Amino acid sequence: MQGKVRVQATINGEAQEFLCEPRQSLLECLRDVLGLTGTKEGCNDGNCGACTVMLDDRIVTSCLVLGVEAEGCRITTIEGIAAGSQLHPLQQAFLENAALQCGICTPGFIVAAKALLDRDPAPSEERIRLWLANNLCRCTGYDKIVRAVQQAAARIPEAVV
Amino acid sequence: MPTVYIPTLLQSLTGGRGSVQAEGATVRELIDNLEAAWPGLRERLLDEGKLRSNISVAIDGEISPLGLRERLKPSSEVHFVAAIKGGSYFGRSMAGF
Amino acid sequence: MSTQYTVIGTRPVRHDGADKVTGRALYGADVQMAGLLHGYILRSPHAHARIRRIDTSKAEAFPGVKAVVTAADFSPVEDKVVDLGEGNTPLSYIRGNVLASGKVLYQGHAVAAVAASSVHIAEEAARLIEVDYEVLPCVLTAPEAMRDDAPILHDNLRTKEFGEQTGRVSNVAEHFRHVMGDVEQGFAEADLIVEREYHTATVHQGYIEPHNATALWNNDGRILVWCSTQGAFVVRDVTACILQVPVSRVKVTPMEIGGGFGGKIPVYLEPVAALLSKKTGRPVKIVMSRKDVFEGTGPTPGSYIRVKMGAKKGGRITAAQAYLAYEAGAYPGAMVGPGGMCVFAAYDIPNVVIDGFDVVVNKPSTAAYRAPGATNAAFATETVVDEIADKLGMDPLEFRLKNAAKEGTRRADGPKYRRIGCVEVIEAMKNHPHYSAPLEGKNRGRGVAIGFWFNAGLPSSCTITVNADGTVNLVEGSPDIGGTRTSIAMQAAEVLGITAEDVRPTVVDTDSVGFTAVTGGSRTTFATGLAAYEAAQDVMRQMKERAAQLWEVSPESVTAEHGVFRSGDHSITFRELAKELSETGGPVVGRGAVQPRGVGGSFSGAMADVEVDPETGKVSVLRFTAVQDAGKAIHPSYVEGQMQGGSVQGIGWALNEEYYMNSSGTMMNSSLLDYRMPTALDLPMIDTVIVEVPNPGHPFGVRGVGEANIVPPPAAIANAIYHAIGVRMNRLPMNPPAIMEAVWSQRD
Repeated sequence: MQGKVRVQATINGEAQEFLCEPRQSLLECLRDVLGLTGTKEGCNDGNCGACTVMLDDRIVTSCLVLGVEAEGCRITTIEGIAAGSQLHPLQQAFLENAALQCGICTPGFIVAAKALLDRDPAPSEERIRLWLANNLCRCTGYDKIVRAVQQAAARIPEAVV
Repeated sequence: MPTVYIPTLLQSLTGGRGSVQAEGATVRELIDNLEAAWPGLRERLLDEGKLRSNISVAIDGEISPLGLRERLKPSSEVHFVAAIKGGSYFGRSMAGF
Repeated sequence: MSTQYTVIGTRPVRHDGADKVTGRALYGADVQMAGLLHGYILRSPHAHARIRRIDTSKAEAFPGVKAVVTAADFSPVEDKVVDLGEGNTPLSYIRGNVLASGKVLYQGHAVAAVAASSVHIAEEAARLIEVDYEVLPCVLTAPEAMRDDAPILHDNLRTKEFGEQTGRVSNVAEHFRHVMGDVEQGFAEADLIVEREYHTATVHQGYIEPHNATALWNNDGRILVWCSTQGAFVVRDVTACILQVPVSRVKVTPMEIGGGFGGKIPVYLEPVAALLSKKTGRPVKIVMSRKDVFEGTGPTPGSYIRVKMGAKKGGRITAAQAYLAYEAGAYPGAMVGPGGMCVFAAYDIPNVVIDGFDVVVNKPSTAAYRAPGATNAAFATETVVDEIADKLGMDPLEFRLKNAAKEGTRRADGPKYRRIGCVEVIEAMKNHPHYSAPLEGKNRGRGVAIGFWFNAGLPSSCTITVNADGTVNLVEGSPDIGGTRTSIAMQAAEVLGITAEDVRPTVVDTDSVGFTAVTGGSRTTFATGLAAYEAAQDVMRQMKERAAQLWEVSPESVTAEHGVFRSGDHSITFRELAKELSETGGPVVGRGAVQPRGVGGSFSGAMADVEVDPETGKVSVLRFTAVQDAGKAIHPSYVEGQMQGGSVQGIGWALNEEYYMNSSGTMMNSSLLDYRMPTALDLPMIDTVIVEVPNPGHPFGVRGVGEANIVPPPAAIANAIYHAIGVRMNRLPMNPPAIMEAVWSQRD
């Protein structure tokens, strides 16, 4: 059994401290150590995007990041997207556009889409599809997801966040 | 009188007829009456008094979950069809569904 | 006849929406509890081998390991035949796929399981389990497995032919045949005959959430299970059967489920987790890796198909013949029966012969995948139909209309159709702007195809309780994969005259609701909706009695419409009446339990524009339209979603997806990188047209919609490829190497 390492990071705006083995991925740490089960495992090798989180200013597949690499970083997970009890326009748009069916890929999509809209408030359909190409959805065929992102983009300047 | 459609592979027992008529208030009674007219048919349809597992009975186009106990109308059309094996689809269940 | 509904046909936000977009919804892998151990399953590296010996001692001694189990840990019972609802199956087959005994039959076959304090420890320890295998030759396709000299998978498997046991030892579990009319005569009358053969590769449902299960064999003997499943009652019954305990000892709580498509109906992990829990006295959670999902769960059959069709110059089909040999995987039960039902289901053909073969091969035991068996068959039929129409110089949709199945058409497998929407679907395709839109550019082509799925009925149960604030709680047992808790709630709301938001639906465990069959077979909105409809009617009967009491009139004089009860000059809303329940007799609880008849089949159509790169064989989908008869769309957004999702799975099946096996039966691409499913970048928007030919068997006209939409896309794409580059594809997937091979062999 490997000795545990102490990691300090800011998660969803809060300073957190946790212990993990060096072999545990950030995904495992979030889910099993910190109890933040909103981030999902679909493949554990970076190919489905269900584990997408923000690490500092980039989106990453947290299954390919080690827990110990999170030291000193700012992490945003799906649990940090809503502003308290107020859903983010992306979350609201996903609901209104029925952009989810089983919902397992939804946390990854919302974090990834938010990262896009933070950079580009009016992305083209092609840019949205390219940006989200690493997030697999097997239920929706992506049509309503893309429309939800477009609707959220149109609303965000008006949103009170 | 209900009309019964005979599967091709059993038509040798009905003199080549693809459909016959027989009385019966229920499917079970119908089969008993068919046997009286066309001996050998019941044994191909039933095993120990129950419908063979590879056979379903459809009344007026619909597979009947009641099987032999299904009540018939004078205008009923009865088909014996290959049962859809679907353990991996409907899900196996002790309740027999 | 058009009925004005208040709730049905609207698009309310789903009741579980907030939980699903915030990460709060709990899926099976999210289960946490005190003392939880983690399980890991050791799987066979060989496609076919005898197990001589298993030595688990080193694993058991590994620090952190609490228990190891193999098939030897199943309660000792002489192999018997069990009736799990579809005739007799050997218990050894049912147990065998969960933990192998005697032989392993596919690479990935579960052999042993370890429970430890962490999943990493369990995985490390599993590598210390020593299994002595005697490797046997393997067989990987149906034609190979059907040869007289093929290696035999099951010594006790005898071929059943035309319903009779032949006593022949072989890999063919069953051969059925449907006959109608006289095909020899029919082909003799034809002016044109086309006969083609096809090979389709094994494909996986591809749900993003891997299988998971947590089990606790409690001190009181009850076995508690939390899992990702399409049917909690199936998990209960199969787990109880495998463990040979009464069903009431097992309680299954279905967690939120991350996709299923039929693949989460079979039981894999629950009995193993239960055995580990029995040995350790603690709850045990097992979560599959993506590799386990590919190698250890049921994909859909690969197949070998021949279709022959004859038609007269004027366009009438005179005869059709199909040969369908489907791979069942390691255990019998390929969905070749449904393939045989659906292969010519869209057409009125007087002379038909269909031969179907259920063949075991050394691959994972197949499971259902969205309209199982029909997509393979439609790939063959719809490309043959396209070829005939093309050779006769007829428009492909006109040709289909000329031969379309209608109410009263008889299928070769027996029954006559009741009211169906085949013609309406084809007309909707003809009238869609996509069909007449110009398609310019080199190597671009348009293809169409149609398909059918019969849909299932099966039992469902539901209870509805009225709350004092005028809302109701609706309790049902159908795991919600795509928004069904809302479509079910909407049907109750329509009957009760309240809003969808005022119905609070919950999906509950097997102790808390009456028997409910799987969420699958496109049955949930239809059958569980019907159970909710009946429960709501029961509530209305009781509410009318309460109103009658309040007004001191006879219950027969009370009417209800749009949530308002009336009798003479009296009127009261549902909400107001709900406040009076304790004064008028106590709680109002309505119930519904159904095993419905009147299932309506669904026809679907797919239209695809593609561009083929002649140098690389890459196919780009430029435009796609899906049409489907939903009977009545309860929640149109979710019907559209089913159509779009099924279409995209069909596109992946058509263009990229396959189990790439080496000659030893090892899957070489068991990752989501190399098992290439469509991404957002691969696709355009998917246009949808919902046709509504009401099903007379349902109060709102509902037909199941989940499945028929996956049936035509591969054929539509194959036809589009032909019209783009003049090459007829006869295998799936139509990936770049396959296209290039076809192009080059056409040149030569």
